[in-house]
Amino acid sequence: MKARGSVFKYGDNVDTDVIIPARYLNTSDPQELAKYCMEDIDAEFVKKVQPGDIMVANKNFGCGSSREHAPIAIKASGISCVIANTFARIFYRNAINIGLPILECEEAAQKIEAGDQVEVDFDTGVITNITKDETYQGEAFPPFMQEIIAADGLINYIKKNRS
Amino acid sequence: MGMTMTQKILAAHAGLPSVKVGQLIQADLDLVLGNDITTPVAVKEFAKSGIKEVFDKSKIAIVPDHFTPNKDIKAAEQCKCIREFAYEKGIENYFEVGEMGIEHALIPEKGLVVPGDVVIGADSHTCTYGALGAFSTGIGSTDMAAGMATGKCWFKVPAAIKFVLTGAPMGWVSGKDVILHIIGMIGVDGALYKSMEFVGEGLQNLSMDDRLCMANMAIEAGAKNGIFLVDDKTLAYVKENSTKPYTVYTADEDAEYEKVYEIDLASIRPTVSFPHLPDNTRTIDEVGDVKIDQVVIGSCTNGRMEDLRVTAKILKGKKVAKGVRVIVFPGTQKIYLQALREGLIEDIVEAGVVFSTPTCGPCLGGHMGILAKGERAIATTNRNFVGRMGHPESEVYLSSPAVAAASALTGKITNPEDIA
Ligand code: SF4
Repeated sequence: MKARGSVFKYGDNVDTDVIIPARYLNTSDPQELAKYCMEDIDAEFVKKVQPGDIMVANKNFGCGSSREHAPIAIKASGISCVIANTFARIFYRNAINIGLPILECEEAAQKIEAGDQVEVDFDTGVITNITKDETYQGEAFPPFMQEIIAADGLINYIKKNRS
Repeated sequence: MGMTMTQKILAAHAGLPSVKVGQLIQADLDLVLGNDITTPVAVKEFAKSGIKEVFDKSKIAIVPDHFTPNKDIKAAEQCKCIREFAYEKGIENYFEVGEMGIEHALIPEKGLVVPGDVVIGADSHTCTYGALGAFSTGIGSTDMAAGMATGKCWFKVPAAIKFVLTGAPMGWVSGKDVILHIIGMIGVDGALYKSMEFVGEGLQNLSMDDRLCMANMAIEAGAKNGIFLVDDKTLAYVKENSTKPYTVYTADEDAEYEKVYEIDLASIRPTVSFPHLPDNTRTIDEVGDVKIDQVVIGSCTNGRMEDLRVTAKILKGKKVAKGVRVIVFPGTQKIYLQALREGLIEDIVEAGVVFSTPTCGPCLGGHMGILAKGERAIATTNRNFVGRMGHPESEVYLSSPAVAAASALTGKITNPEDIA
């Protein structure tokens, strides 16, 4: 499984309030949430994002409240993968569980710049920066986590494995 | 490379000979926990999975504790949802009002966690059970649903920080002061993703109530879990409360720790966290003049027997300061009854205190003691975030029961040494 797109780049400690402000939590509809994704730090994001695009950030991405709405909003906006130096613990879990691929890679977080064309191979964890002609090694997902992502989340994965 | 306590427990539950930091594994679960806020969401997700039965009726615990006894119609509807789910699925450990308690006080008391277990709970303070030598951590509602359906959960194997405890706490110092001191030292993200492992000869001077209180607050340092070495005190506690088989894991000699802190318990002073983060700590000697409007003693952090005993000891035969509202809420019905039998409730109520039924109530600003704008509380709870107990402009100071009870008598934050 691979993802490919152009990059939106952010810094340290992007918290879940910034990803989806609490004022929009009166719905859990993914498309509705996606309309406000990143609004408070990047008003241009929702206007520019194309299906397949990739988000890259530095340390502690997704810190703060444990709302599952945050990865849902990012995924529904069309983002195919989030790469960061580190993720906050519960965000990491929630992202995988709703089927949003995320990857930790310090080198990629440092070197990739906004607008770069990037390809991610989830089987190997290799991140290719096409614009800069560089590759970075992220941690590959073990098979069962790839299956969760492929099934579009943990609950669908369980459902699929049942039948 | 050797393994830490946590790594050994995870390896055993993943059926692997060993695991290393950062490895993603799938582990078998010994207990899946939820409360009245997180379980309704998990019930919906569970239904979507298409699975009809839970993986094991005896390994799921559902505790309505946050807004119970039902504070309003919405709370009543949420409790109804989880009660019906529990009955329909035949979940054995559903604890109705009357036999309940705050989940993290109740679960160890009911013997549902023993050393070596892997436990997940859709509540961040699920880390409490690390006091018993179990791996126990908070997760989201989707994880809870999946855990109930499959009996498994995926984890990223954490690195660890070791705390070697020596000496004995002096005077009024309790486990709460020790953990507030540690959080003040390493910060609210000082243990992010990691295990906090507590070992050392000083452990023998910490009771099970102290340890449960300390493990409870591991999450306030960002930790994935906190875990205590199992000793005679742990085993005595387990034998008294549980018939479940257990396994004691100890860290390998060459286990890798990112940091090792040595802490002399005798050097720790009564400690208070100032608003609005648990790591904003000062010793009682540095507190200064802080007037308070309310005192809250209880919660999953400090609502156990020893907490009530120390509270009663300080309040007995005295009266709380005029204009101060004091609320004491025990962790469970069993603790409530024991306090009654020991005469503690009489001492507490006679001092001019409200004694509540077990509930999370005031701890999360839910009900039973909300703060108004500009009001200040000293509380034995675990979080003092903005608005945690009520109005966004109210303030919460965290402390031990001894400091909170002493403060109740004077109306300002007070060193218990100055009272007794
Ligand atoms: S007492 Fe407070 S911290 Fe403990 S479970 Fe209840 S709300 Fe959470």
